[in-house]
Amino acid sequence: MSNEWPLWEVFIRGQHGLNHRHVGSLHAPDAELAIRHARDVYTRRNEGVSIWVVPSAQITASAPGDKGPLFEPSNAKVYRHPTFYDIPDEVGHM
Amino acid sequence: MYAQMVKSEATNEDPALLAAFQARIDAGEKIEPKDWMPEGYRQTLIRQIGQHAHSEVVGQLPEGNWITRAPTLERKAILLAKVQDEAGHGLYLYCAAETLGVSRDDLTEALLAGKMKYSSIFNYPTLNWADIGAVGWLVDGAAIVNQVALQRTSFGPYARAMVRICKEESFHARQGYHAIMQMAFGTPEQKAMAQDAVNRLWFPAMMMFGPSDKDSVHSAQSMAWKIKINTNDELRQKFVDQTVPQILYLGLDLPDPGLVWNEARGHYDFTEPDWSEFYDVLKGNGPCNADRMAARQKAWDDGAWFRDGLMAHARKAAARKMAAE
Ligand SMILES: [Fe+2]
Ligand SMILES: [Fe+2]
Repeated sequence: MSNEWPLWEVFIRGQHGLNHRHVGSLHAPDAELAIRHARDVYTRRNEGVSIWVVPSAQITASAPGDKGPLFEPSNAKVYRHPTFYDIPDEVGHM
Repeated sequence: MYAQMVKSEATNEDPALLAAFQARIDAGEKIEPKDWMPEGYRQTLIRQIGQHAHSEVVGQLPEGNWITRAPTLERKAILLAKVQDEAGHGLYLYCAAETLGVSRDDLTEALLAGKMKYSSIFNYPTLNWADIGAVGWLVDGAAIVNQVALQRTSFGPYARAMVRICKEESFHARQGYHAIMQMAFGTPEQKAMAQDAVNRLWFPAMMMFGPSDKDSVHSAQSMAWKIKINTNDELRQKFVDQTVPQILYLGLDLPDPGLVWNEARGHYDFTEPDWSEFYDVLKGNGPCNADRMAARQKAWDDGAWFRDGLMAHARKAAARKMAAE
């Protein structure tokens, strides 16, 4: 069995009530050390107030080839956007 | 640069796929790890990003050498923070390389086996405190020129690592210049040390960009794939043009009599470094090659029990947790 520390994906919440955002990955033997490493590697300059770590092996990603079937249907649905509708100026801001 | 003399790999694949791939690159799209890519693109990137990562890590050695001897507590804290950043840069880059299907341990083992390189610059010694200032200013300064360009590289994880790194690099260059300023404007002895450091590090810093590659086939492929963004000569010229005024401001002599403003070109002319020295250093014959590799090997060997121990602990804890559930 390889003794290389497994890979973790790191998500950091920035200062301003934002979502956690993926910032990168790192190696660590377990979750506790992954958080400590993430502190050292990704928040040396006040980049965050909260850290999530997830084993990289636990991420399920969509396949690049599925881009069409997954995302193209919404291209055709322009009526989902407010700009699709012409509203007269007279009625004021809507 | 931090990745010097990276040969691009030949590619022998379906022309239709290759053309579609090139079209994506030409359209400025980023290539992500799970996207189809030519094997040559993948291998060239592994080599380039791996070499870049090794350089960040080995680059800690010449500076780490002076942490305990920094002249003030403040300088010590600054240097420690700078060296810690370099460790982080190495980690960002290893992770970028790993998205291409190699492991960090594979890369480390390839370095230790002499199958991968790190930048030639880190085979030069840091003899005194002035060298530490000059390294931050000139070596990180040269690295910045290269890394700013690489923020636009076509491989997404590499480009994103470069963005992170560039955010941190300007602190490195500025603290170095600040340290050298204090010496250049200090006592005559301090000024002489600053001059000596610039004289010794100037040509090794110029070599960081690698020899001219304007006629290189490998470079042409890397540039077509946007693995490389500029030629070595373009980057070197940029570094020279931005650095000469910084030397003059310090009241130091230029380290090369060939450094003259060329009005017609709108650039400084300069003397090429001694490329035979560069090749010799790459071959392993620089002043510090043996020391650097010995330090890396020792860190790897001495850390083995710790890496293995933590892994064993994590496995046991996970098994206990499973049993309890
Ligand atoms: Fe760096
Ligand atoms: Fe740096």
